[in-house]
Amino acid sequence: MQMEAFVQHTGKVAPVDRVNVDTDAIIPKQFLKRIERTGFGQFLFYEWRFSQNGDVNPNFSLNQERYQGSSVLISRANFGCGSSREHAPWAILDYGFKVVIAPSFADIFYNNCFKNGILPIKLSEEQVEELFQRTEKHEGYELSVDLEAKKLTDAHGLDISFDLDEHRRQFLLQGLDDIGLTLKLGDQITAYEQQHQARLAHQA
Amino acid sequence: MASKKTLYEKIWEQHAIHEESGKPSVIYIDLQLVHEVTSPQAFEGLRLAGRKVRRPDLTFATMDHNVPTQDRFNITDPISKQQIETLEQNCRDFGVKCFDLNSADQGVVHVMGPELGLTHPGKTIVCGDSHTSTHGAFGALAFGIGTSEVEHVLATQCLQQGKSKTMEVRINGKLKPGLTAKDIILGVIAQYGTDFATGYVIEYTGEAIRNLSMEERMTVCNMSIEAGARAGLIAPDETTFSYLKGREYCPQGEAWDKAVARWKELRTDEGAEYDTVVEFDADSLVPQVTWGTSPGMGTDITAVVPTPSEFPTENQRKAAEKALEYMDLKPGTKMSDIKIDRVFIGSCTNGRIEDLRAAAAVAKGYKVAEGVQAMVVPGSGRVKIQAEKEGLDQIFVEAGFEWRDAGCSMCLAMNPDFLLPGERCASTSNRNFEGRQGRDGRTHLVSPAMAAAAAVRGKFTDVRDWEFKQDAVTV
Ligand code: SF4
Repeated sequence: MQMEAFVQHTGKVAPVDRVNVDTDAIIPKQFLKRIERTGFGQFLFYEWRFSQNGDVNPNFSLNQERYQGSSVLISRANFGCGSSREHAPWAILDYGFKVVIAPSFADIFYNNCFKNGILPIKLSEEQVEELFQRTEKHEGYELSVDLEAKKLTDAHGLDISFDLDEHRRQFLLQGLDDIGLTLKLGDQITAYEQQHQARLAHQA
Repeated sequence: MASKKTLYEKIWEQHAIHEESGKPSVIYIDLQLVHEVTSPQAFEGLRLAGRKVRRPDLTFATMDHNVPTQDRFNITDPISKQQIETLEQNCRDFGVKCFDLNSADQGVVHVMGPELGLTHPGKTIVCGDSHTSTHGAFGALAFGIGTSEVEHVLATQCLQQGKSKTMEVRINGKLKPGLTAKDIILGVIAQYGTDFATGYVIEYTGEAIRNLSMEERMTVCNMSIEAGARAGLIAPDETTFSYLKGREYCPQGEAWDKAVARWKELRTDEGAEYDTVVEFDADSLVPQVTWGTSPGMGTDITAVVPTPSEFPTENQRKAAEKALEYMDLKPGTKMSDIKIDRVFIGSCTNGRIEDLRAAAAVAKGYKVAEGVQAMVVPGSGRVKIQAEKEGLDQIFVEAGFEWRDAGCSMCLAMNPDFLLPGERCASTSNRNFEGRQGRDGRTHLVSPAMAAAAAVRGKFTDVRDWEFKQDAVTV
């Protein structure tokens, strides 16, 4: 799929202050039944946002007035653990988040973000803690992400460099279609298949 | 010598078809398994781009997540139904073999693949499902991928992948009676945490692993993802070969001998180095029960619910507090005093025939405690048929368990099987996340024998003290 390129982004920050935020929490399974990629945002963190009878839970951060319209999500270690469901990044994106910041991410989730034009940023525990404090302190707190310079800044003097695999960075910057890239290797794939024909042949 | 390699590196090298520095490698995928939840958008992507499935012959589908385990053709949820029908249609349109609800082979995708003999040592195997790591028990490099990657593999039979680091998880010693593969993996995760293997491919080694049956090895590898690992591997040996021999999708005759000769090379060379090594002692292992909302929050059946303030870091303390609140447990409560309402025996972790035998051996001659609802959901159609041949279904039914049809069922509760708010469940599945088995439901992960014992006693019980009635079920 061709993606929108990601170069820079400035947006309001919302906190989800938990470790091990799992994909069942990000999007509960009863909402995995759609056969489209869109429309999942309404179900993001559903069981935290809404009570059993559908009432809005006023204690959950995303329901608070000050975090409405956020596009940068900050959370704690091992974010996105659990299942491989790409519905999780689809829900995050569809809700309006473009950037997720945490000390660490689960592998498959991290990978899935890039496929959907979401930038996951890994920072140290201390840096993330600093962002939590700033978000708490300044109503309407915003972060600016510059993917070209690999920098995070705010209006209060914050200036953090972050690290990102170069290939992944280019992938986002250019909004590449990675299936298209692999398809260009068609001859190599065919040669491999011929060489391994016996092994790949299935019985029955 | 530079030529000493780990098992992972060997499989990797055999499949890397394109490598360029600074970029992920392109690796060939030998087998893709497909299910109804994570595939519709992938097939749709192919359609939109006018692409075909490159190797329908290396792609196999089944439906498992949504299927009802009673009256299976009567799918009342229209969206579930649509998802299942969409898979059937996609398989027809793209020429992919689908083991659908009419097939005796239908089942949880990770139970079905090995059973059919689709899973071979040394293969690269992917599926849009994190528990694809199960297949690593055969010495296959198997891992879960997202839907975009499902589409990628459908279109190209390849995947762009960065190479993982390698970790040896060495399980020393011997399992005592009453202890199982499930206790090993729950114990490892309780000791080392849910992200200790992030970025790694684990290879499980050691005496305790060698002594496991093929099905038990699958239980261990299944939960590699709960340790954060990309995949879990066990080097193939005679146990592996004798499990596979004669299965439908395995080579036969001369081709079989050649394959076995090749598979025997699939082991980590003496002296090859892993990036990290961790060890675990099976000798002193005690049956495990989780108390929290992450698979790493587990302890011995003989222990008590921990006190959050005793955890070393602030994040752990907060997480434990939240977990205990959700689980409605008090610190200091004996694990063996925790009462349960429901029991679920099944899933790709513990829904195979040996699991059902172990549970039946405990249940035989007993009755499910009053007020407890217990169900047994075979991992596949074949497991169900085999269990019925052995009379396990009778043992369960006589004891008051419900005997269901194959599927994922209450492992993730996408079908009509789920916990009601506040219900507490002893479950043989792999995740105890909040809401996993139903909104506000409380999940405790255990082995099949421990789940059956909990069903009978109405609370968690040390299965090592169990009085088995009559002869235990024989194989
Ligand atoms: S049984 Fe559970 S873990 Fe296994 S594939 Fe089904 S839902 Fe996933």
